[in-house]
Amino acid sequence: MTAPVPCDICIINSILLLQVTVRDALNQAMDEELERDERVFLLGEEVAQYDGAYKVSRGLWKKYGDKRIIDTPITEMGFAGIAVGAAMAGLRPICEFMTFNFSMQAIDQVINSAAKTYYMSAGLQSVPIVFRGPNGASAGVAAQHSQCFAAWYGHCPGLKVVSPWSAEDARGLLKSAIRDDNPVVFLENELMYGVPFEMSEEVQSKDFLIPIGKAKIERQGTHITLVSHSRMVSLCLDAAAVLAKEGIECEVINMRTIRPLDAEAIETSIMKTNHLVTVEGGWPQFGIGAEILARIMEGPAFNYLDSPAVRVTGVDIPMPYAKILEDNSVPQIKDIIFSIKKTLNV
Amino acid sequence: LFFILFIVVVSARTYADFTPQASFDIKKCDVHKLEEGPPLQAVLTREEGLQYYRTMQTIRRMELKADQLYKQKIIRGFCHLYDGQEACAVGIEAGINLSDHLITAYRAHGYTLTRGGTVREIMAELTGRRGGIAKGKGGSMHMYTKHFYGGNGIVGAQVPLGAGVALACKYLGKNELCVCLYGDGAANQGQIFETYNMASLWKLPCIFICENNKYGMGTSVERAAASTDYYKRGDFIPGLRVDGMDVLCVREATKLAAEHCRSGKGPILMELQTYRYHGHSMSDPGISYRTRDEIQEVRSKSDPISMLKDRMLSNNMASVEELKEIDVEVRKEIEDAAQFATTDPEPPLDDLCNHIFYNDPPMEVRGTNPWTKLKSIS
Repeated sequence: MTAPVPCDICIINSILLLQVTVRDALNQAMDEELERDERVFLLGEEVAQYDGAYKVSRGLWKKYGDKRIIDTPITEMGFAGIAVGAAMAGLRPICEFMTFNFSMQAIDQVINSAAKTYYMSAGLQSVPIVFRGPNGASAGVAAQHSQCFAAWYGHCPGLKVVSPWSAEDARGLLKSAIRDDNPVVFLENELMYGVPFEMSEEVQSKDFLIPIGKAKIERQGTHITLVSHSRMVSLCLDAAAVLAKEGIECEVINMRTIRPLDAEAIETSIMKTNHLVTVEGGWPQFGIGAEILARIMEGPAFNYLDSPAVRVTGVDIPMPYAKILEDNSVPQIKDIIFSIKKTLNV
Repeated sequence: LFFILFIVVVSARTYADFTPQASFDIKKCDVHKLEEGPPLQAVLTREEGLQYYRTMQTIRRMELKADQLYKQKIIRGFCHLYDGQEACAVGIEAGINLSDHLITAYRAHGYTLTRGGTVREIMAELTGRRGGIAKGKGGSMHMYTKHFYGGNGIVGAQVPLGAGVALACKYLGKNELCVCLYGDGAANQGQIFETYNMASLWKLPCIFICENNKYGMGTSVERAAASTDYYKRGDFIPGLRVDGMDVLCVREATKLAAEHCRSGKGPILMELQTYRYHGHSMSDPGISYRTRDEIQEVRSKSDPISMLKDRMLSNNMASVEELKEIDVEVRKEIEDAAQFATTDPEPPLDDLCNHIFYNDPPMEVRGTNPWTKLKSIS
C-alpha cells in the first residue's frame, strides 16, 4: 500500500483518499472478513506459504495460520468438492482457482454440487461459498490460459456471478460475496491486479459493501450507452475520453455483476441515449453481450433504440501467443470507437 | 383385581422368556495397513436386535413398495433401490451417532431413513408431492436430512464433498466425523483419489466406505477395476474388508473406524461386500449381466434380514410371533406412507422458482417467454 496521495482538489469534508491497487483491495477484503467471521477460510494452490500465485493472499497465512489458509495439492476437482462440502457443513470457504481455466476441472462441483443444491433440497441445504480467481485474457499466456468464463457461469441458476473492475469494486463485492449465503463466482482479472485506484474513506470502512446485482454508471453521457465488465470498463472509459473531444458523450456502465444482470440500469440508460454497444473480452457466441442484447430486445428499452444494438467482443478464436496476434484477438480502444461511430452513424 | 393380576403375570412371563443379549461370531475382516481388525465376536442385545430388524425390514418393504409404484408409473425418472444392502445402512448407523455426518450417492433411500427421514416423506418425495422430504423438488436422488447431505447424482462427486464435511468437523472441533459412501463403480473415479490424498494429508475424520455390490450398473467389478481390492485402493489409508450382509459385522467395523477417526489418526477406508437384489435402477432388469441363480443364491444364503432373524430366534432373543408382529406394523407403516404419497397433492406452481438463493429478498425469474415473470422466494 502506498502513502496517501496529497490531493488539492478533493479536500471535501477532509476525506482521506488512498491509492489502492485491486490486488491490495482484494487482500484487505479477505483479511477483514477472515477476522470478522471465524468460519471464513481460504483454500487453493499456493495461497498460503507462497503468498498466492498472484500475491493476492499475501500475508494472510502468516497472520491466520494453517487452519484458516490452506495450501492444496494440484487437484481442483477434489479441493473444490472439499470446499463445497465444508460450506454445506457450516463453514464459509473461499475457494481460489489459480485461474478460472482450471475451474473447468472442477466445474461439476461448482454447478452440480454448489449451485443446484439449495433448490434440489427445497431450502434444506445452503452452500455459502465463494469461488474466486483471475478470469479471461492475460498477457502472452496463450490459448489454454486465457478463456473468459463469465458466460459459462452466468448461464446457471443458483449461482451469483460477479466481475469487479476497480479496487472499490473488488473490495465491496468480495466482502458482499463472502457474506452472501449462496455460491458466488468471483471473476477477477490478472491485468487489473496492479492497477491503482482512488479509494475514499467511506470505501475503506470495514463494513463497506457493494450490493451484488447492481451496476454502476462510471461516466454519465447522453449519446450512447456502453455496457462492460472487468478490464473492458477501462477501455470504454478511454474510448469515451477520446470521443468526448469530438463532442460524443458516452455513458459508461460498469456491470459489476454478471448474474443477476442489472437489466434495469441498462434499460434506463438506453431510454436516455437511444444507442447501445456492449464490450466484453470473451468470445461472441452465446456471450455476455448476446444476453444483454436479447434482454433489450425483449424489454421496454427496445422502442428507444435508434439503431441496432451491437457487441464488441474478443475474436472468435483460441487465444494466440505472438504479441501482435494476441493484441488483435481482444477489443482495443479503436474497435470500441469504431463500433460507436458505426452505431451512431457518424 | 384378577384382571390386573392376569396382565402382570402375562407381562412377567413375556420378558422372562427371552435372552437379553447374546454374543455372535462374526466373520474376520481382511485388513490393510491396520494392526488389528474388529473383534471376532459381537454382542447383540434384544433391544438392538429388534431395532435393527425393524429398520432393515422397513427399508426392505419401502424399496419393494417403490418398485410397485414405479411399475404403476406413479414414480418416474430414476429409482435406484437398496434391497439386499440393508445391513450396510443399519450397521453403519449403529456404529456412529446421529450427530455425526453422512453422505452417499444416489442409492440413498435407506440412508435417508436411518439418518432420520420418515417413510412418508421419502415416498412422497419419490412420487413428487409437496409432502416429500424435499417438497417434491429433488426426487429419488436428492433427499436431505440433518447431517445427511444426500443423495448425490454425479458418480463420485459426493466423496470430496464428504471430506469437506469432515474438514468442517475437524475445524469446528466437535469430535464429529463424516461417513462418506461410494460404490464399486465410483471407486475408480479420479476425484476419489484426490480426496484420499487430501484427507490423509490433513488427517480429516472421514470414514470412506465402498459399498461393493459387485456391479457398477451392468459392469462387473472384474471388468471395471484393475484391482478389485477396494479396501486397499486408499494405498496409504488403512482399510478393512467387511461382510456387508451381516449387520453386526458392519457395526463392529464401523465402531473401529469411528474410533480411529475420533482419535485423530485421519481417514480410514471400509469395503462392505454386499449385494443388490434389484438391477442398477428400475430401468435395469438386472439379469443381463448376472444370472437369476446368483441372485437367488444370495437371497437364500446371505439375506441380511434372514440372518439376523435366525440369530435372534435360535438364541431365544425374540419369538416368531413378535417378529411377525413387527412385519405387520412395518407393512402398515409402508401402506400408510404409500397412501399418503399417492394422494398428497403435487407441489403448487407457485413453488416453481423458490429456493434458488438462501436468505435473499424475493426476486424475479424469467419464465418461458419474456412476458412471463415468475417470483422466487428464499
